Amino acid sequence: MRYLPHSDTERGDMLAAIGAGAIDDLFTGVPADKMLKGPVNLPRRKSELEVARILGGLAAKNVPASTVPFFVGAGAYKHHVPATVDHLIQRSEFLTSYTPYQPEIAQGTLQYLFEFQTQVATLTGMDVANASMYDGSTACGEAVLMAHRVTKRNKAILSGGLHPHYAEVVETLSHMANDRVTRLPADVKAAEDIIALIDSETSCVVVQTPDVFGNLRNLKAIADACHAKGALLIAVFTEVVSLGLVTPPGAMGADIVVGEGQSIGNALNFGGPYVGLFATKSQYVRQMPGRLCGETVDAEGRRGFVLTLSTREQHIRRDKATSNICTNSGLCSLAFTVHMTLLGSEGLSRLARINHAHAVKLADMLASVKGIEVLNQSFFNEFTVKLSKPAAPVVEALAAKKILAGVPVSRLLPGAGLDAHLILASTEVNTDEDRATLVAALKEVL
Amino acid sequence: MADTRYTKDHEYIRIEGDTGIVGITSYAQEQLGDVVFVELPSVGKKVDQGAEAAVVESVKAASEIYAPVAGEVVAVNDALESAPGTVNEDPTGSGWFMKIKIADSSQLNGLMSEADYKAYLDTLS
Repeated sequence: MRYLPHSDTERGDMLAAIGAGAIDDLFTGVPADKMLKGPVNLPRRKSELEVARILGGLAAKNVPASTVPFFVGAGAYKHHVPATVDHLIQRSEFLTSYTPYQPEIAQGTLQYLFEFQTQVATLTGMDVANASMYDGSTACGEAVLMAHRVTKRNKAILSGGLHPHYAEVVETLSHMANDRVTRLPADVKAAEDIIALIDSETSCVVVQTPDVFGNLRNLKAIADACHAKGALLIAVFTEVVSLGLVTPPGAMGADIVVGEGQSIGNALNFGGPYVGLFATKSQYVRQMPGRLCGETVDAEGRRGFVLTLSTREQHIRRDKATSNICTNSGLCSLAFTVHMTLLGSEGLSRLARINHAHAVKLADMLASVKGIEVLNQSFFNEFTVKLSKPAAPVVEALAAKKILAGVPVSRLLPGAGLDAHLILASTEVNTDEDRATLVAALKEVL
Repeated sequence: MADTRYTKDHEYIRIEGDTGIVGITSYAQEQLGDVVFVELPSVGKKVDQGAEAAVVESVKAASEIYAPVAGEVVAVNDALESAPGTVNEDPTGSGWFMKIKIADSSQLNGLMSEADYKAYLDTLS
C-alpha cells in the first residue's frame, strides 16, 4: 500500500494556488509519445541469482574503457587513479560524513576542503577557490552569472572552442534570465577573432584552453582586450592535468577560472559525478557562488576551519544569493585532494609531460596514415584529425573491433559541417600497443 | 540640533538642509551582531522611498537597508569597507552609510520622530 498523505481536497487547493486545473497540466512539457501509458513492463518477481544474470548480460553488451585501447576525451579523461585514493576516501569518517555546517565536529572535512581550495587556487594561478561545484559545465554557467553580477552587464561572448555542452549550459541559464549570449561558430583551427566582438556591453568572454579541439589559446591578449572595455575573462579547461604543463590562466590575466577536475582522483563514472573547479580574484570573492572554507581561530586561539562568507548563499540571501547551489562535490573533491597530494607539483608536472608525449606519439603516427590529417598547431593531450570519410561510422567500425577511437565532432556539433572530424585523447594509460592497434585498425577502415 | 527621523526597519535619517544622512540604529546593530561587510550603493544612484539602498552583512545574516525617502545618493561612507565594525561601535555617528539628496521632503512626515521610535522599540521587547 502506498502512503500518500494528501487528501483530494488538499490536492485541489494546491492546484488552485498555482493555477493548474489538474495534475496532468504539470507534465505538458513532456512529449506525448514519451509518456508511459501503463506500468513499466517488469516481471512480478525474480530471484537474486536470476536478476544478477539478466543485468550481467546487459552490462556485457558494453565495451568497458578499462579493457580496450581507449582514446575518448572531449570533456572527461581516462587516467590512472592510484589505489591509495580509493582506500582513503572509503574510510567511513570521510565516506559517511555529511555537510560540515557544524565546524566543531567537522574539522576533518573542513581541513581537506581548505587544502583542496588551496590546491585549486595554486593550480589556476588565482587568489581564491571555492569548495567545488557539480562539474565543469555548471561551473562555467555560474561563472557567466557571476560576471553579470560583477559588471552589471548581461552579454556573454562564448569562444567557438568552448565545449558545446558547456556552451549549452550557459545558453540554458541565460535563456531563463533573459541574458544575452553570443556563441561563436565551431573554431577548429583556433582562428576566430573574438577580440573584435568585445564592446562596452560585454560582461564576459569565455575561452577554453586547451579548447575542445585541443588547441592552446593565448589568453593574455584576450584578457587585456576585456579589461580595456570593463569586461571579465572567464578561462575554462576540461582537462585539469594540463595545468601541470601550461601557463596558469591566472598568470595570463583571467578574472574567473573554471573547469573540470575529474582527471585528478576520479574515474569516468559514466559521465558523473564529477567535480567543478571555480577560482577567482580576491576582489570578487563575495560574488563567488558555492561553499567557501576559511581558516580561523577558536575561542582559545587554536587554528581551525569553518565554512565562511555564508552570506552569499541560498539559506541566508535567498533570491539575492550568488547561486542556488547548496552543496559541493564532496567525495570527488576529496579524491582530487588525495590524488593531488600524492602527486605534488613535481608529480603533476611529470604526469602532464607523459600525457603530452603520448599524444605527440599518437599524432605523429596518425599523420603518416593515408586519409588522416592532423589539424592542430598546438595541443596538450588531445587533438583533432580530419578523416577522408565521415568519422562517426569509422568510430562505430572500430568499436566493433573493440577499439574506442575518440569522439566524432558530429556527436557534439551535428550539422556544423564537421562530420569528417574526430577528437582523440591520449593519456598516460595508453601503451605503444594501444596506439599500434588503433593505427592498424584505422588503416583497414579508411 | 539636526532633526532625525526613523523607519520601522530601524533606519534613521538625520536631516541637514536638503540632504539626509542615513544609517541603522543602535537597536539594529545590536540585533545584527558583528557587522562584517556593508554593500553600499554607487554615488549618483536614484532611489525610491522604501527601495533597497544597501546591504549590511553580519556573521550570520544579511539585511537589506531601505531608503527612508526618495532621492539621489550623493555620498557613501567608504571607510566602512575596511572597518565595517564601525557600524556596531558608532551607528549614528561615524557608522553612517550614505547621504541622500531628498527629492520630496513631505515624505519625512510619514516617518517616526525620536520619541515615537523609542515607544516603538518598547513594543518590540
